[in-house]
Amino acid sequence: MLTIVHMSTPAIAFDHVTKDFGDGRIRAVDDVSLRIAEGEFLAIVGASGSGKTTLLRMSNRLLDPDAGTIAIHGENTQTADPIALRRSIGYVFQSAALFPHMSVAQNIGITPRLLNHPAANIAERVDELMDMVQLDRAQYRDRMPGDLSGGQRQRVGLARALAANPKIVLMDEPFGALDPLTRDALGTDYKSLHKKLGLTTVMITHDMAEALLLADRVAVMHSGKIVARGNAAELERSGDSYVRDLLRTPRRHAEQLRCLLSGTKP
Amino acid sequence: MTLDPRWHEAWARLPDYLGNHVRVSLTALAIGLAISLPLALAARRRPVLRNTLLALASIVQTIPGLALLALFYPLLLALAQLSLQWFGFEFSAFGFLPAVLALALYSVLPVLRNTVTGLQGIDPAILEAADGVGMTPGQKLRMVELPLALPVIMAGIRTAAVWVIGTATLSTPIGQTSLGNYIFAGLQTQNWVFVLFGCAAAALLAIAVDQLLALIENGLARQRRWRVGLGIAGLAALVAATLIPSMARGKASIIVGAKTFTEQYVLASLMAQRLDAAGLSASTREGLGSNVIFEALASDDIDVYVDYSGTLWLNQLKQTTTPPREQLLTELGKILADKYGVTLAGTLGFENAYALVMPRKRASALGIHSIADLAAHSGQMSIAGDYEFFSRPEWTSLKEAYGLHFREQRQMQPDFMYAAVASGNVDVIAGYTSDGLIAKYDLAVLDDPRHAIPPYDAVILLSPRRANDNRVKAALAPLKDAIGIATMRAANLRASGNDAASSPQAVARWLWSQIEPP
Repeated sequence: MLTIVHMSTPAIAFDHVTKDFGDGRIRAVDDVSLRIAEGEFLAIVGASGSGKTTLLRMSNRLLDPDAGTIAIHGENTQTADPIALRRSIGYVFQSAALFPHMSVAQNIGITPRLLNHPAANIAERVDELMDMVQLDRAQYRDRMPGDLSGGQRQRVGLARALAANPKIVLMDEPFGALDPLTRDALGTDYKSLHKKLGLTTVMITHDMAEALLLADRVAVMHSGKIVARGNAAELERSGDSYVRDLLRTPRRHAEQLRCLLSGTKP
Repeated sequence: MTLDPRWHEAWARLPDYLGNHVRVSLTALAIGLAISLPLALAARRRPVLRNTLLALASIVQTIPGLALLALFYPLLLALAQLSLQWFGFEFSAFGFLPAVLALALYSVLPVLRNTVTGLQGIDPAILEAADGVGMTPGQKLRMVELPLALPVIMAGIRTAAVWVIGTATLSTPIGQTSLGNYIFAGLQTQNWVFVLFGCAAAALLAIAVDQLLALIENGLARQRRWRVGLGIAGLAALVAATLIPSMARGKASIIVGAKTFTEQYVLASLMAQRLDAAGLSASTREGLGSNVIFEALASDDIDVYVDYSGTLWLNQLKQTTTPPREQLLTELGKILADKYGVTLAGTLGFENAYALVMPRKRASALGIHSIADLAAHSGQMSIAGDYEFFSRPEWTSLKEAYGLHFREQRQMQPDFMYAAVASGNVDVIAGYTSDGLIAKYDLAVLDDPRHAIPPYDAVILLSPRRANDNRVKAALAPLKDAIGIATMRAANLRASGNDAASSPQAVARWLWSQIEPP
């Protein structure tokens, strides 16, 4: 199957983007060019320190690139107001990063509140979002984040990212700290929201299997560069040894599991 | 059983002392917060500034409270004079202002340190989330950083409040009325009821303010506005309650000052009673430091007090030669009038000089009658003096005149010196000639044949604005040359007791009964 290439303006376009840390001693992102089409679900896979989180943070100007440009819906982010930009893009943080002193409802409604939406509208929107991420309103609305499980916290984090009706959602290892069942449920739930709301999603993960199962397309990052991109079949054809290693592991696990479950020796 | 009347007296003074204490502490705390919170916010992302500020604040904290308060008085006095020169505007460097500024400075460290610590302790992931959801730096500070750092910041504010309320008791010597007045007066006049009362009142006030701050903290943390409101209302009520009595009381027209020892409390009470009897409303400002009281008089912050000719001559006018008694008094009056506009309104009739004192039996056993006789024995002896004696010119001149070399010298609370020498803990003390304890412990005052110690006639001094006030002069005229040394010693002995009859007011009434013209 061939990926359909959208010729229209991409939702996010990285163009020769470079970012250094430590006065240029460490190159976190090295000349990356990447286009993410409107409505696409892209996963970026790589090890810790590969530059994937840096790349994501530059999308909504939590960081600024040292070289190259980033455009959101065709508009160069460097000329945009960073505050307005961040309010228009949903961001799901690793381990949720909820504000510990705010209730579930206050956390979810934060961006609309920053945008000065009327309180009644915010309350209505919070209810809608709690339904959307499948959290019982009556039970959880006024709970504090400390009283929630990891999965519930991440559902709140997701609702918070979606509160101001963003077109783009950025996710930084959103399911990394969850148990496998919760992780699978949340991933599947998000995938359907992505489709239903017509979102453009960029998700960071170090888990190749998760990336392949959820995303339309996967970009593999290694030492600041994108070494391969495409769907499962396209990655399979990559000549890069790192990509092949990444693909081999989940396949071997699947093979071993199948044998163990059916009682035969591998 | 009837209650000791000193409890009633302590109660009667409470509105004045507590009110002043609350006002000076809360003003200082408010100013301290207004300084330290913005500094902490400015310094939180600037490590160099942060370390500099914390180091400076720590240095301030190491200065003892009493010294810091005392330092602010001359500093403000100089500033007030500069301001008069440059802008034609003078402010009072006495009492409230130096106390508030010194206490405010004292409160900076805990608030600064805790605010910086609290803000730095926030999980960076939460701060990134605040940016990520689209908060401006101001919104991030208000909605995330301050609420999360609040418990630590409030702990700093509460520490500062308790420190300031405690340290404010030390503002009495620089002319700020506070609960310290009970403590200073109580220590000097052996009135343990007052000491206890002052300590308990200061502690209760500290606890009350701390609990109101805790209520505000709790309300902020749980987003319960009524708790915050209740806490703030409580603090406001405290301030308001302390303002009412002092407003109702109105301004006393004449302020009588007193230094920090028994005789001064008695004489100040005596003068205030005379002024009241003459229909001039008078109040006393007690426990003033001896370095503060003269400047306070010269700048009209107080109106009248009793000082001693030798003290003024040596310490205030820094004279090096000591003329005979009468000549010294004449010259002193002239210089005080010319240089400061201060009027020497007359002598009281006794001297309160420093004198070397030892037990009478021991002195006669060793054949010591004068300081000259003492010199030969001084190498085997120890001497005790009050906190200032050994740095005063009299001590230098005594040592030079008689060649004294003591084995050991110790500083002591004046009231304990006499007991110490009577019990043999020290061999000799630098006592005061008018002290009643000399007779009580059967001590001998050693002669000073070489006149190394100048005369110390008790003199009434009037402030520049009272220089031509004949009503004040007339009211105090009966005291002139009316108090002999024996009478003053007897009065001081009465005042050193620790029962109700030994209050300065009661002793002043007794003293008046001894000298009242028929």
